[in-house]
Amino acid sequence: METYTGNRGLRIEEPLIFEQDSPGRTGVDLSDVPDVEDRLGGLSRTEPIGLPGLSEPQVMRHYTRLSQKNYAIDAGFYPLGSCTMKHNPRLNEKMARLPGFADVHPLQPESTVQGALELIDTLAHWIKTLTGMPAVAMSPAAGAHGELCGLMTARSALEARGDARKRVLVPDSAHGTNPATAAICGYDVQAIPLNDRGRVDLAALQDALDEDVAAFMLTNPNTCGLFENEILEQAKAVHDAGAFFYCDGANFNAIVGRVRPGDLGIDCMHLNLHKTFSTPHGGGGPGSGPVVLSEALAPYAPIPWVVHGDNGFALIEHAADSGESEPYGRMKSFHGQMGMFVRTLAYMMSHGADGLRQASSDAVLNANYLLARLSDTLSLPYEGPCMHEVLFDDSFLKDTGVTTLNFAKAMIDEGFHPMTMYFPLVVHGALLMEPTETESREGLDQFIYTIRHLAERARSGEADAFQEAPVHAPRRRLDETGAARQPILRWRPDITLGEAAE
Amino acid sequence: MNDLKYSREHEWIRLEDDVVTVGISDFAQEQLGDVVFVELPEPGQAVQQNGDAAVVESVKAASEVYAPVSGEVVEVNGALGDDPELVNREPTGGGWFMKIRVNDASELDGLMDEAAYSDFVASQGG
Repeated sequence: METYTGNRGLRIEEPLIFEQDSPGRTGVDLSDVPDVEDRLGGLSRTEPIGLPGLSEPQVMRHYTRLSQKNYAIDAGFYPLGSCTMKHNPRLNEKMARLPGFADVHPLQPESTVQGALELIDTLAHWIKTLTGMPAVAMSPAAGAHGELCGLMTARSALEARGDARKRVLVPDSAHGTNPATAAICGYDVQAIPLNDRGRVDLAALQDALDEDVAAFMLTNPNTCGLFENEILEQAKAVHDAGAFFYCDGANFNAIVGRVRPGDLGIDCMHLNLHKTFSTPHGGGGPGSGPVVLSEALAPYAPIPWVVHGDNGFALIEHAADSGESEPYGRMKSFHGQMGMFVRTLAYMMSHGADGLRQASSDAVLNANYLLARLSDTLSLPYEGPCMHEVLFDDSFLKDTGVTTLNFAKAMIDEGFHPMTMYFPLVVHGALLMEPTETESREGLDQFIYTIRHLAERARSGEADAFQEAPVHAPRRRLDETGAARQPILRWRPDITLGEAAE
Repeated sequence: MNDLKYSREHEWIRLEDDVVTVGISDFAQEQLGDVVFVELPEPGQAVQQNGDAAVVESVKAASEVYAPVSGEVVEVNGALGDDPELVNREPTGGGWFMKIRVNDASELDGLMDEAAYSDFVASQGG
């Protein structure tokens, strides 16, 4: 039913802020500018800059309405695989907003930020303890930045022994950023296939390893949601070839408190603090990707780092002050994402060792609950049990006329953010679900019954309805192809929405 | 029957003298869905058989296009810059990617003809 206003119930059809312009309307009352000498050397503006005129209540309503169109982990289930969309405890936010953490500046004298430095040092200690690794570089900004840090450290170690090497091996089940990182670090990338159990083909890895391989980049658990149970053999093969073993730790949420990656023979691994230790996408803070390092790589870690000095905590900011180490440089202008460090330590401290172990166990249990309740309805390419996420392929949709994409769109009508689609590429029409430990039994059951219901609809010949979905979303089905081929990225006064749609 | 030969990575080639025209198969474009961007090599660039030569990006995924033969890129299809959907509309015609001057014609021996490729696609569950 179309309404006169275009609004649907209390969901308001909100125009762009520029379309609400009423020239001269304003929320502030400023005095006239006094007549002063122009010191802009002819660069003063000759035309208005085009800010829209609105009153304060109009602006409040505009941004409140936009925020209501947002879907977030605080609004509902977010089963996006490989993203660990877990609840962000409010305690974290309270701690991050303490003035002693929130209001400090990275250029303050060290003596005035001893608490902040102690927090970085304490967090580094627990990261090393949880991973079983001797060193950590805290500054990388997020996962892919951490990958780059890890590979640059490995490259520095190889160059220091006069053995630069050329290739990096990346299995088909790795995160997509891994080959990109290797390429940007100047290496040729060689893909390693999987075996029929969804794990790295060990023989293919052994065949590919030679004196030109700099590193092997494994994601464990991998993007099929499976633990690489031949990782010890992989580590031995990699080290026998004189290469380094990079582990992508983005899926660390599956194994926190149960497996110490250092015991598995890895040389470096990044952690996504903003996933494993809460605050995922849009959860209140930026990313943070510290990298743990083995004894062999630790000397090349980037500056800065915190040390226990004569007068309390201090920062090593320059290679010249780093003693025996040979840091390859600096990844970030300052010391890392302080707000994320605070949230992560708050999460660790409030959970404790038993709580962290239970969180990872519950995340794996929830994923296996989905596997058990959906494997008769959807199609499972690799046998379980799985770890933190469960991967299905699209063979259950064969001959229905419904695609993975259409199935995911129909999930939106049912009030769910879709799962990850078409990734990983190793199976056809992938649907990758990661429930995390956040979801209750009731929440998971509703999700399961919804999927079973949609699968039944697909099998009963309702393909046309799937092609229209979502019909209940504010903009219904988006033209994704048009948006990619002919994007309109900027509003201009001379175009209307009607023209833009054409 | 047509004169195309196919690789296991779903590229097709058409040989004229010592230059092959390269594109992706109808099956490949259908699997990719709507193509929205194509990244092509520079003319003059050397490519290795089964090495990366181009990237095709669809609404679903970004995929590598591999060189079916080793050689030198002599020409690329500039029309794909403005009109990437040519890959969907005419995969084995106007949607071609690049022309490669072949180093070693014997590399072509491992490629499949139309019938063999159809069997190969069927065996992949396509």
